[in-house]
Formats: sequence, C-alpha cells, structure tokens
Amino acid sequence: MAQPLVLFKNRHPNRAATLDEYKQSGGYEALQKFVGGKVDPGEVIRLVDESGLRGRGGAGFPAGKKWEAVPKDAPFPRYLVANADEMEPGTFKDRILLHTDPHCIIEGMILAAYAFSATKGFFFVRPSYDSSAVIMERELEVARGAGFLGKNILGSGYSFDIVVHRSGGRYICGEATALLNAIMGKRPNPIKPPPYPTEKGLWDRPTVVNNVETLACVPHILRNGPQWFKDLAITPKGAGTKLFCVSGKVNSPGAEELPMGTPLREIIEKHFGGMIPGSEFKACLPGGASTRFLTRDHYDVPMDFEDLKAIGNRLGTAAIMIFDQKTCMVATAHNLMRFFARESCGWCTPCREGLPYMRELLWLIENGEGKEEYIDTLRSMCKQVWNSYCALAPGAAEPVISLLDFFEDEVREHIRLKGCPFHAKAGN
Amino acid sequence: MLSEELKQKLRTMIADAESPREKAVDVMLEIQERHLWMSDEAMEEASDLLGMSPLELDELATFYDFIYRSPVGNYVIHVCDSAMCWLEGHQRVMDYISIRANVPIGGTSPDGLFTLLPVCCIGYCDRAPAMVINRRVYGKLTPEKIDRILDKLAGENEFHPPE
Repeated sequence: MAQPLVLFKNRHPNRAATLDEYKQSGGYEALQKFVGGKVDPGEVIRLVDESGLRGRGGAGFPAGKKWEAVPKDAPFPRYLVANADEMEPGTFKDRILLHTDPHCIIEGMILAAYAFSATKGFFFVRPSYDSSAVIMERELEVARGAGFLGKNILGSGYSFDIVVHRSGGRYICGEATALLNAIMGKRPNPIKPPPYPTEKGLWDRPTVVNNVETLACVPHILRNGPQWFKDLAITPKGAGTKLFCVSGKVNSPGAEELPMGTPLREIIEKHFGGMIPGSEFKACLPGGASTRFLTRDHYDVPMDFEDLKAIGNRLGTAAIMIFDQKTCMVATAHNLMRFFARESCGWCTPCREGLPYMRELLWLIENGEGKEEYIDTLRSMCKQVWNSYCALAPGAAEPVISLLDFFEDEVREHIRLKGCPFHAKAGN
Repeated sequence: MLSEELKQKLRTMIADAESPREKAVDVMLEIQERHLWMSDEAMEEASDLLGMSPLELDELATFYDFIYRSPVGNYVIHVCDSAMCWLEGHQRVMDYISIRANVPIGGTSPDGLFTLLPVCCIGYCDRAPAMVINRRVYGKLTPEKIDRILDKLAGENEFHPPE
C-alpha cells in the first residue's frame, strides 16, 4: 500500500509550501465551501465528529466533541487556541508540520473557529520554535491578503483573526488550562475543571484548545468527507493518518506521515531505516516521555489509540523514542524524571515534592546506593502523584511504573551490584 | 533605562492585546533583545507599561526558561539535556563548550560573550545532540561543528557590539 500523504503532501526539503502550492493541492477549497458558502457550523462539527478525528496532542479527545461543548448560547468573544507548545520530550512533529505546510494549519484554525463561532485565535508557540513563529506570522499576513483571514472572510460576514503568542518556555504551558493562564499573562498554573475552558476559558469566555496536527486534519476531512478520513487508517477503530516522529537508535530519525495503526515494527524497520548497526531494539516510549516503556513483546503492536490502550499504554503524541540493548533503563528513567521534576510548575504538592523524590531514588539506584525498599517506595509514589491537579504528574510517573513492571530485574541488579551494570560493561 | 524609542515599540505591542499583561513575555523578550537580561530597573519599567506590579511580572520572569533575571552573555547557549540528547552525549557537548569557550557550566565567560545553561527538550530530537543560542537551533553537534558555530558568533560580535 502506497504511503498516503495528506498533511505532508506538500513537503519540500528545507522550505515551507507557499499559499499557491497549498491551493493547487486543494487548499482553501473547504474554506470556500463551508465558510464562503455559509454552511451551518453544526455541519462542520457533525462531519468532523463522524470522521473519528481524535486530538493529536496526547490526550486523544474527539475534536468535534470539544467544539460541541461550547454552549450554543455562550457569550462572545469566543477564542480558539492552537497549541504548538510541543514540549513533550521526543515530540517534534508539529515543528516539521509547521515548516512543511503552514496554510494547512491556518485553514484548519479558521474552520475550527467557524465551527463554534470563535472571533479570535491564538497560535501558542514555544521559544525554541521561533523559526516556526516567524513562518506563521509571515503566512498569516499572506492569508489575510488573500481574503481568507480577518474581517468578512470570503464575503461571508464571518470575521476571525489569528495572533502568534510566544511562550517564555515551560513544559506546563502545553497543558490546556495552564496554557490559557500563560496567554493571559498569569503564572501558568493548571486549573482543575470544572468549569471547562469550553465554558470559561480565556478571560472567562468560551475557549477551545486544539493541537496543531489535529487542526491541520480538518480541511482535508471537510474536503474529502469523513469516510475517506476513516479509510486512511489501517485499524478498524482508527481514523486518518498520523505524524510519527521517531528518534533514538534508528538509522533515519525524523517525522513521517503514515496510516493510523501502522505496526511499530514496520515504522521502525521500513520507514525509519531500522536499528543502527550493532543496536537491537530493547524498548521504546511510544508517545512521548509520559507514556510507558514498550518492550520487544509488543514490537508488532498497531500504533493507534485503542490498540495501545489495550496493552496498557498510550499513543500520546506518537513520538517514538527508541532505546537499544546498550541503554540502561534506570539511567533513562532518571533522565526523564530529572526533566519532569525540573519542569514541574510547583503548583501542587504531589508533583512538586514527589517528582524530585523519585528522581533522587532513581539516582541512588543508578549510582550504587540503592536499597530493595526503594522499589516499593517508587511504586507507592507513582500512585500518589495522581492526586495532582493536572495530568502531567501522573504522566511523569509512567516511565517509572513501566521501569518497575518490565525491567525490575535490571533495577534489582543495580541494587545487588551496588552500581550500574551498563557502566561496568562499558569499562567505566 | 529603556530608551523612549523602545518604550514606544513596546506600547504599540501592548496596544494590540486583549489585555496588556498578555504581552508580558513579548515585552520581556524584546527588552532582552537590546539589554540581554531583565534587571530590576527593566522589570520596573516593563511592569509599568504592562499595568502590573513588579512582583507580578517577576512571578513570570522567574518562571520561564528563556527570561533571564541575572546578567548573561551576548550569546546564551542552552544545551538540551533531555532523553534523546542525553542518549547522544549532551554532557560531552556541555563539557566541550565549557572548555572551548572558557565558560563555566551555569555561568558566563570572562569576556561576557557566552553563557552556558542546560535546557529541557527543545524538540529537535531527530537532530540530537542539539542546542539553542539566541532563538536559533543547532543540531547534530560535533566538536568541529561547535568550533565553527562559536568562532562565527565571536566574529559577528566584533562588528556588532551590543548596546
């Protein structure tokens, strides 16, 4: 089966597609038809709902349902936020998409906004993606010039504009409620719903936060129909294609668009050049740093929301980080926990206090000062962090839980040897 | 301490916002473009423009990775130390830069040119090990590549001294 290219069909080396190139590939046809033709916004929601489009930012929430959650009689202004924060370690698909086809994202944002009558959009982007922010600002101006964005879009009477909002850089900003605080110039603490942002978001007005890749799917769904989108997936319950970004011990790390549900083995061996010479697949994190290690036992798992859920894991952002037999899993888990502990926003205690404690225990085990009882302590703490306000703290515990579930022998060997067996083998 | 010209630019930025403090990060990034870091004086003047108290602005300034509340060099080198860059030898990159540019890890070189800091995943995992310097990202780092980058930055600086 040929690789179906939807989001990456206008991919060029080293430059983004222009407005003309996007239009030649059918771009802005959906906007002409639905916004230009003043189609009922409810129809946009219905079609996207029917397509089975689920959020590509990690949580996998159905996109149409999110827009539908904005009450029909909700006050104005209403806001749409495109989340291009992408700070989940291992994840860089949105950056590549932004550098590939910015107008696909812009059209997706306008159509999503139209679905719940949003009046203003924010494109929230992290500091290390400044080149993406610059591209976006330039192409937004191009879209305005073409009449696709701004006042009275295509003579429809509907007005919507987008501004780029630069972040100062913190992992928590990718969490939807924290992101809203960040935009409003408040400390980006998460807020435990209810009320949900769809009722009271930015400045207490209805706000929808969607991932960039999710938004980019929308024009294609509306142009080609929900069934076409469903049929792009290999798995029966899946829908669409997925941007997989693969890094670590493979020959050709990068991002590729593949059918939802493509088996892990095929992704690694066929699309990313296989393992580097001398390396064997030991484990991967299938969807960013806050998913569980996936071992050789599940090497053939179809990479889709439901199939990963069935084996107790998550598709997350589909950022696959690959580790080989020479990688120490305790050291890896320690590195991940160092990230989570440092990036904890500090708003609630289980995360602020719990994550550094877990990092310390992992460091002690890795450096030969581990004790058997630390294993139980770590397990217990993985449960405690669920008492946090937001989902990022339980996410942080995922690599640790799976370290203990799948690599307990390796952990115990560290404790028994009073040091890291991988260091010993490497002659350090 | 902020020039009238810069203040006018900041006022224009703020005027576009739904509410002034929405532009807090943009304002601080813009000030850092000219003055490298956010001094107490800069914080006070910026918070005035934003309609915030200096303390409210400091709550944000100290929170974000790319806002600096201590003096930094002309170039702030953030070396990624998250999973993929760690796997590909971020520590070697850190050590090499430290020796090559005579800059302590977490500090600034005596000539005021470079500051060296770790940073969380910057989203360039396919090009690990990677770093970001003044909004520009460099990946697949080797000692030779680092030499070229540092030499180029040092060279540029001779012709464009900061304010």
